[in-house]
Amino acid sequence: MIQLSSNFMYAAFFLYLAATIFFAVSITGKKFKNKQGNEVNKAGMFGFISALLAVLSMLAYFTTRWIAVGYAPVSNMFEYTVALGMATSIGFVIIYALYRNNYLGLFTMPIVMLIVAYASMFPGEVQPLIPALQSHWLTIHVITTVIGQGILAIGFVGGLLYLIRVINFKESSKKVKGVEFILFTLLSTVAYVAMGFGFGASNYEATFEYVNEQGNPAEMIYLFPPLIGPNEGELISEQGMSPVIDAPAIIQSADLNTVIWAVLGGVVLFLLLRLILRQPIGGAIQPLLKNVNPQTVDEISYRAIAIGFPVFTLGGLIFAMIWAQIAWTRFWGWDPKEVWALITFLFYAAYLHLRLSKGWHGEKSAWLCVIGFALIMFNLIFVNLVIAGLHSYA
Amino acid sequence: MEKVKCECGHLNPYGTYLCESCGKPLKEEKGKVANMRYEGVARRSQTYKQTPIDKIWNFFSSVKVGIWIIVLLLLTSSLGTLFPQEMYIPPGENPTLYYEQEYGLAGKLYYQLGFHNLYSSWWYMLLIASLGVSLVIASLDRVVPLYRALKTQRVTRHEGFLKRQRIFGEATGITDPDSEMAKAEEILKEKRYNVRRENGNILAEKGRFARWGPYVNHVGLIIFLIGGMLRFFPGMYLDAHVWVREGEQEVISGTNGEYFLRNNEFLIELYDEEDEKYREALQRTGSPVVKTYQTSATLLKRSNEGTVGSETELEEVKDYDIRVNDPLTFEGFSLYQVDYKLNELSQFTFTLENESDENLSDEIQFQVDLNDPQKLYEFDNGYRIEIMEYFPNFVLDDNREPSTLNRIPDNPRIIFEVFPPDVNHEEESGEISLIGIQVNEALNGENDHTIRMLDVEMVDVTGLTIRKDHTLPIISIGGIIFMIGLIQGSYWHHRRIWIQNREGTLLLAGHANKNWQALKNDFQLISDNTHIPSPKDQTEKEDEGVSQNNDPTKQ
Ligand code: HEM
Repeated sequence: MIQLSSNFMYAAFFLYLAATIFFAVSITGKKFKNKQGNEVNKAGMFGFISALLAVLSMLAYFTTRWIAVGYAPVSNMFEYTVALGMATSIGFVIIYALYRNNYLGLFTMPIVMLIVAYASMFPGEVQPLIPALQSHWLTIHVITTVIGQGILAIGFVGGLLYLIRVINFKESSKKVKGVEFILFTLLSTVAYVAMGFGFGASNYEATFEYVNEQGNPAEMIYLFPPLIGPNEGELISEQGMSPVIDAPAIIQSADLNTVIWAVLGGVVLFLLLRLILRQPIGGAIQPLLKNVNPQTVDEISYRAIAIGFPVFTLGGLIFAMIWAQIAWTRFWGWDPKEVWALITFLFYAAYLHLRLSKGWHGEKSAWLCVIGFALIMFNLIFVNLVIAGLHSYA
Repeated sequence: MEKVKCECGHLNPYGTYLCESCGKPLKEEKGKVANMRYEGVARRSQTYKQTPIDKIWNFFSSVKVGIWIIVLLLLTSSLGTLFPQEMYIPPGENPTLYYEQEYGLAGKLYYQLGFHNLYSSWWYMLLIASLGVSLVIASLDRVVPLYRALKTQRVTRHEGFLKRQRIFGEATGITDPDSEMAKAEEILKEKRYNVRRENGNILAEKGRFARWGPYVNHVGLIIFLIGGMLRFFPGMYLDAHVWVREGEQEVISGTNGEYFLRNNEFLIELYDEEDEKYREALQRTGSPVVKTYQTSATLLKRSNEGTVGSETELEEVKDYDIRVNDPLTFEGFSLYQVDYKLNELSQFTFTLENESDENLSDEIQFQVDLNDPQKLYEFDNGYRIEIMEYFPNFVLDDNREPSTLNRIPDNPRIIFEVFPPDVNHEEESGEISLIGIQVNEALNGENDHTIRMLDVEMVDVTGLTIRKDHTLPIISIGGIIFMIGLIQGSYWHHRRIWIQNREGTLLLAGHANKNWQALKNDFQLISDNTHIPSPKDQTEKEDEGVSQNNDPTKQ
């Protein structure tokens, strides 16, 4: 059953790829217009169909895995992140149905692929659920939240699309740097995933004996070549190399090491692209988007947030409170994860008010959409893995 | 202040921009497009600016201020997650030292600034209170006049009003305007518009109730905040903790001694490491994983029939397996599984030995209940054993005197006095010894008799949290209203279409509070099926146009 569910996920991955290609064709391919001036290039429709099939395939993955593991598969980093990819594509399907914008597809599909690929960096085996996680309310809470976040993610994609469309890349400015930074972050994730698959395929594993925070000897496993070693670490496996420098005991050196590899990989990819393109990457993408109507993309990103915000609030705050009341005896406890969900909520509330009353449309609104998504990712990755609270998985 | 009379005859409140009834601009405004945010109504905050009350009102009714409050809350909230809050530091740690020890100078500062209790600090409370005030004032400032304006609006609008709509168009030379308008009306009705006609003019309106969404959600938020605030009043909620040993019962606090809980059995179930399904994960983490924490409990109620004073008359109300995520609830109380202690000592079995009498140990055997020890043990053969002192949790205090930390038998020590049959217990003293786990000391010289521990019994103890929260209903209602308002304002939107016939020239105008695309599509549908052309979006050409309609200086 697990095997079957993985196969559905792989199938979805290739369908996302197919959708990306179709959307790319629909934009760069020849424009066929009939007499009424309507588009007759069908690639956009095929792209949408592929995306729809990918969502179905993901739902099949989700259902089969649910049956196999016996609980809703949103209970560890792997499962949750895959679900976020799925939810983002669901968000896309909804928004595409409203606006039929192929550019949005061209941008969303690769990002969904990246999210799913990133998920597969986490251990995907079936995990036993601790008692606090055995609850229907938890299932309802997490699934609603992830769908909300997925729809909000479309707001980010719209924002990014808008920024690349309107910013003047000819002159160096903070805005250009900002967009380049977003692209760099995406490239780092690409690099991380690629290297992760590479080292994973070659079964790379370096094991250290080290002295942990409490001063006790312990073991740590590295999946990337150790540039930064653990505190007083000693390599005990055959694979591996001696690290350049040792980290202090309070730092999870293996994780830090991975982050460093990801950033280095991102830098290499980024510089390589800049060298080939001889201009900012955003500037190189811009000509592709010359037919994008900024006002439409602006409305798309707002619409995604207006649709996603209530879903996120319902899942991430209201259902979360109901569950917390049942599982932890209080509906609110200022746990870091809760606080960051509240911050995300307040942030989007501020966004809506700014847009509505201060007229923050267009560029300002687009930047806010990007920041909002950064908050969601921060809550998923940083708060889960670094600020370990009650929610931290794994 | 006096009212303003429009040429259409309607009396508008002082400060009105666009006549509530016909929409004629009553004041000059910059730009091609009228500011329609609140239908151009007179809002208190925009009209009265003199008295201190006006000033306070205007301050809190400003969305700019509201946004600042939200942003400040957001920023300060994030500070509180930098290091753990006081309630999350390991129990028993002294916060004064803990933060500095763990996080160095930054930790010390964090503690000194009070960030270890950030969410209950006075200034955080003040921020939340201002949010509430701002919500109330901003909503009142807008909802009342908006409601009146939308109720008063006429079908026939002033030309100046129509021309200054974002979507506006004029159609001349249509051969049969009346029948075209009739067709348009049919189309709009089919699109579920609410169509009103007057003097041959059309006002088609849809989704007006979405306009109330924000106000409904703000009301929900306010109720929620009030519910949260009530928790600061004593008696609004109960948060107690109780330990119950297996086989025993404890009173449930907050019930006036009416309800008791008996712990029939406490158990912890682990995941099976041999289980095919989880083997991989369990091997990776390398430690066992708990599957269930459970207290099989019985809820007991003091029966009313029992005679006064006979407090032990308890009636069983129900049996329940309390688990994490599955509390036992009754009459607003909830009992949660939160803690446990395995293998707490509960009973010692002793015997008495004497070198000269081999049979003695068979004749003398006795049990000491460590939670409620008997003081005296008498035996048929004339032996008598007394407990002189009992220390459930033995320590030497500051004066090096034996003492007990608490009543929990974690480290029990008993001082026994043994009187053989030939010793008169009233006049003489017996052999005294101190007994505990792995401890057996004679306290008054050499003893002939030795007390020997034969058996130890242990029980599991369950730790339950008792809660009763009177604010929950209020908070829930607030949450529900908030969600309803949020959905109402987010998934529907208000659109209006005006079509007026001025001597053969059709004036078309449209307004939506958001999602203009949908409004444009509706006009498109009309033009596809009639000879009426689609009006233009007057903001489309100039890139800055969108923000003109939402000029911040006019809010
Ligand atoms: C966390 C707190 C708040 C939340 C969740 C919230 C939520 C919302 C939402 C969802 C909308 C509708 C936005 C849209 O349709 O795009 C809205 C509108 C609005 N909010 Fe808030 N709000 C909050 C706090 C405030 C505060 C403090 C003020 C005070 C100034 C305020 C004033 C307004 C106003 C004036 C509107 C526009 C209403 C209209 O359409 O006429 N809100 N709010």
